[in-house]
Amino acid sequence: MKPILAAENLTKTFEQEGTGGFTAVSRVSFQLYPGEILGVVGESGSGKSTLAKLLTRLIDPTEGKIVLNGEEITGKKGKQLRSVYQDIQMVFQTPAASFDPRKTLGDGIGESLKNQGLPKGQIRKEVRKLLKQCGLPEEFADRYPHEVSGGQCQRAAIARALAIQPKILICDEATSALDVTVQQQIMELLRTMRKERNLAYIFICHNLALVQSFCDRILVMYEGEITESGTPDEVILSPKSRYAKDLVEAVF
Amino acid sequence: MSANEKKPTVRRQKIRKSHRKARLLFFLILTAALLLVVIFAQQICPYDPNIQDTGISLQPPSLEHPAGTDRFGRDMLSRIIVGLQTSILSTLALVAVITVVGTAAGILCGYYGGILDSIVMRISDVCLAFPGLVFALAIAALLGGGLSNAVIALAVISWPKYARIARSQTLAVKGMDYISAARLAGGSSWQIIFRHVLPNSVGPILVTSMLDIGTMLMELAGLSFLGLGAQPPTAELGNMMSGGRSMLQTYPWVILGPGIAIFIAVVIFNLLGDTIRDYLDPKNSQRK
Repeated sequence: MKPILAAENLTKTFEQEGTGGFTAVSRVSFQLYPGEILGVVGESGSGKSTLAKLLTRLIDPTEGKIVLNGEEITGKKGKQLRSVYQDIQMVFQTPAASFDPRKTLGDGIGESLKNQGLPKGQIRKEVRKLLKQCGLPEEFADRYPHEVSGGQCQRAAIARALAIQPKILICDEATSALDVTVQQQIMELLRTMRKERNLAYIFICHNLALVQSFCDRILVMYEGEITESGTPDEVILSPKSRYAKDLVEAVF
Repeated sequence: MSANEKKPTVRRQKIRKSHRKARLLFFLILTAALLLVVIFAQQICPYDPNIQDTGISLQPPSLEHPAGTDRFGRDMLSRIIVGLQTSILSTLALVAVITVVGTAAGILCGYYGGILDSIVMRISDVCLAFPGLVFALAIAALLGGGLSNAVIALAVISWPKYARIARSQTLAVKGMDYISAARLAGGSSWQIIFRHVLPNSVGPILVTSMLDIGTMLMELAGLSFLGLGAQPPTAELGNMMSGGRSMLQTYPWVILGPGIAIFIAVVIFNLLGDTIRDYLDPKNSQRK
């Protein structure tokens, strides 16, 4: 099977005056296959979020390649880059901050459809359908982000990410800001959506237990590098690297 | 907190809110009245402001000429009304121009960064490095007198303030997740700027421009007073005061009339600006 998304030697160095730069992500390579759930775990500052931003091209890598559907997207700009987002979407950590405070949730969810030039009525219908699929009442289209709870807002964020029917969804700590019961509901929603749409997930998380039950494969990141990869059981039952051992011991 | 304790605070908040609303309404009505005078100046003024009649020169305020007459026997009230029109319309044009230009420059700099940002911000530093009125004097002297040149001179020294505010607002907004989300939705830079960046950064800019109307009104009158703004016989408050400055002790109404008119206009605009700022301040809408 051909990978749907691949990273090759991805490196990101942030320039800092004096120190010569800080490498947040260092020589990261991996493949993601259609329908697969790939977990990325690691402590704060290990470069997980930077990796998510690199994969969605929100920031440019210093070195390395990103290949989507067999096509390199690393150098793409403008219109060509925007077409990439039909395949790749992201759910952010803080749901309320990921919606424009001056726009309704409906506006946010429908924005990608609007950018594709769909007529207003159809966008409206589509937004309502998406809200329902994500377990929210249709009226939420007219609510503002500060008027709904964190969990509801994250459901709306998932609806937004799914609006243009991507093949890959990157969840950057998508459940970390939510309390445990809501977390479970969001995980359930992600599971259902995957079944219905055959989505591939990159699930970034620092909660090893959550990753174990949800992911097909995990990558362990430490100081910007991938120190270990394998199925959850491999990594958790027989961790090879020092850091992975510490991580597993801390949880179990 | 029990229900009994909570009730009065909620009520007090409501009263405060309605007070703020009433204050805003009051100043909006005053401003509207002032603008009506400005718009219909020609219809309101009792005499032609430019007709000279040396037979009635320098008459003190009377029923016939409520604000007296000047050296050439022109009716002061008519001249003040028309002068107010000249001053306020050019001030509004000035503030509109610097708001739009400054905001556009600031947002582009903040959003795109890089060389554009460096160049525009250094230019604005240069404009800010000069003492304002002196720089305006130099520009007005270079371009020659005249109201439009005075407006250009003030525009050149005033836009950087707006560019700075807009730039810092844009930088703050640009880092928010919803901008990333908008990019992921496939929006072009222009779409993102107009849909998300501008609406989320325009509040402080509009408040600044409201507060600036008073200041600019005075600076424009100041330039005219120095002879670099509107030229006689155009009725403009600054040059009317300038023309009457030697008569302050003998015929005070010639200079006091336009002075009071500037004072009233500036106070109205400043208080309106303050009220709008308080009204929009989110901290005020919560308990205080």
